[in-house]
Amino acid sequence: MDFLLNADSAGEKILVMLIAIALFVAVMALVLYAVDRPRHVPGWLAAVGFLGPTVLLIGFGLVRPAIITIYQSFFDRTSENFVGFDNFAQLFASQDLRQVLYNTIAWVFLVPLMASFLGLLYAVLVDRSPFESLAKALVFLPMAISFVGAGIIWRFIYEFRADLGDIQQIGLANQMLIWLGFEPYQFLLNGPWNTFFLIVVMIWIQTGFAMTVLSAAIKAIPDDMLEAARLDGVNGGQMFRYITIPAIRPALVVVLTTIAIGTLKVFDIVRTMTGGQFGTSIVANEFYTQAFRMGDTGLGAALAVVLFILVVPIVVYNVRQMRLSEEVR
Amino acid sequence: MSTTDSSRGKEAKESLEDKSVIAPAVLGDAPADERRDVKRPAEESRARKAKKRMSNPLASLLAVVIAVLWTIPTFSLFLSAFRPEQAIKTTGWWTFFTDPEVTVNNFNLVLYGNENFASFFINTIVITLPAVIIPITLALLAAYAFAWIDFPGSDWLFVAVFALQIVPIQVTLIPLLSDYVNWGLNGSFWPIWLSHSIFALPLAIFLLHNFMKDIPRSLIEAARVDGAGHVKIFFVVLLPLLTPAIAAFGVFQFLWVWNDLLVALVFGSDLQTAPLTVRLANLVGSRGTEWHLLTAGALIAIIVPMGVFIALQRFFVRGLLAGGVKG
Repeated sequence: MDFLLNADSAGEKILVMLIAIALFVAVMALVLYAVDRPRHVPGWLAAVGFLGPTVLLIGFGLVRPAIITIYQSFFDRTSENFVGFDNFAQLFASQDLRQVLYNTIAWVFLVPLMASFLGLLYAVLVDRSPFESLAKALVFLPMAISFVGAGIIWRFIYEFRADLGDIQQIGLANQMLIWLGFEPYQFLLNGPWNTFFLIVVMIWIQTGFAMTVLSAAIKAIPDDMLEAARLDGVNGGQMFRYITIPAIRPALVVVLTTIAIGTLKVFDIVRTMTGGQFGTSIVANEFYTQAFRMGDTGLGAALAVVLFILVVPIVVYNVRQMRLSEEVR
Repeated sequence: MSTTDSSRGKEAKESLEDKSVIAPAVLGDAPADERRDVKRPAEESRARKAKKRMSNPLASLLAVVIAVLWTIPTFSLFLSAFRPEQAIKTTGWWTFFTDPEVTVNNFNLVLYGNENFASFFINTIVITLPAVIIPITLALLAAYAFAWIDFPGSDWLFVAVFALQIVPIQVTLIPLLSDYVNWGLNGSFWPIWLSHSIFALPLAIFLLHNFMKDIPRSLIEAARVDGAGHVKIFFVVLLPLLTPAIAAFGVFQFLWVWNDLLVALVFGSDLQTAPLTVRLANLVGSRGTEWHLLTAGALIAIIVPMGVFIALQRFFVRGLLAGGVKG
């Protein structure tokens, strides 16, 4: 039975996978069969069968570890000695870690704002054009690409070759600079702008999401409303300012907050493109580095907690906005 | 004159603001393209307006510029993957158009050479299938319980699960890893499957619950009168109706797991279990200038989710709108 934990060959791996699925199906069938046996199933018993496994898993894998992590963030790197708020203080005291916080703030503001702006602009531009679905698919497609894949794609674009004699650039960005008559530039090495060039990658991915949701919101604006405004002699710019924007405001809030939360958690782009060097690290990347490469459990846990704390106000804002729009109704 | 104008503007604005709240409700219920079939006079004038806007050369130009900017990065990677090693490393991919050279050698190298991507491709598949099937099944059952079973504490528990969506998975990784190590599970696929399944549950339950409660109560009641228990109602009445919802979340979870780096890196970075993303990230670290390997490897990792995404885009969009906007 060793292969269950040590599958080597492709055949063994697929076998283990099938066993895992079969095991899961068997357990669930057993649980459901058990709660459906009695003639009149009381509500709570049925709920235990349908909900029990899920509650157990969430309790084990989300709630409990989250509490342990918060606890560990007040201990040293081996979780042995209580250190109070030292780990958190270190985040602000160390020059490098302060840079991490600044970078994270830049990410969390620039990505949602730029992605939503570009997504909205594009949604308006292609709305009801003959090529709408193709045009949208093109911008939407990066969403299917992994952050690692996107990191490689953009590393290739930013690739730098020193400007020596007949050496040609292979990265598009530097070739553009040369076509425009500039010197090639180390996009990923030179701070503080390298952080901005990493942010571009996330904007590239998230614009499709913003565009899709906002485009659906624009299409949901009732036609009579637009017609009425038009009869009132509203011009294009006013139409956008007084009709479109207020009408899609709830969708806009959701898009901004969803992208902001997603951006906070992304570490793949930074890790793939710079490894967090050259002053480009962000909290999510630093968490991985400290917890799993440096083995500093205390600082890693503190960074995870900071991530959690940063998410909370965004969610609260989102929920409050949703309440507001429900009250108006 | 000016006063009437401004008051009119204000009126228009006010009437808009109370309509604005309808938008999200409308949004989730019917996909936008379904509503487009109904042609009303206003609609036609709107289409005319749109045509006028597209004929505005500046607007069209801007749209084309954005579309091109968004397409070129992926295109350049795909094109480069088919160029010979020497060509990729010494000339830009745009020179392909004046000097086309094509090879599949990069794929042979990266799939079956030292990098052995073929075996990591299998790892990705082995990780993905259970990590999609298990959470969907669990979430369907849980969503059913929240929507159609009366039990004490139901509301309270649902809010708790809903709230857990905001917990970043980073918060759970350190303790979970030490558990898996203590139990001797580390280095196998089990921790990866288990973790992915758990992390997916809150969002999955929330999304599927949204779809589930839209099903008319009368259907469930009718089945109950016929003597069907919860299990029978779930499998016979609800499951067939939920196929689009299952597809929507299925695409979501598939993309998430296939493209995931963090979970795989923490729980399964051994060669035996590492998926393509982990291998690709390592390749960047160790051989970051071997562009013939990187482009071909990245293409192999990207092509499957991209195909699935294009084929099932409709469902994905529906899931996106139901999950994000309905709140």
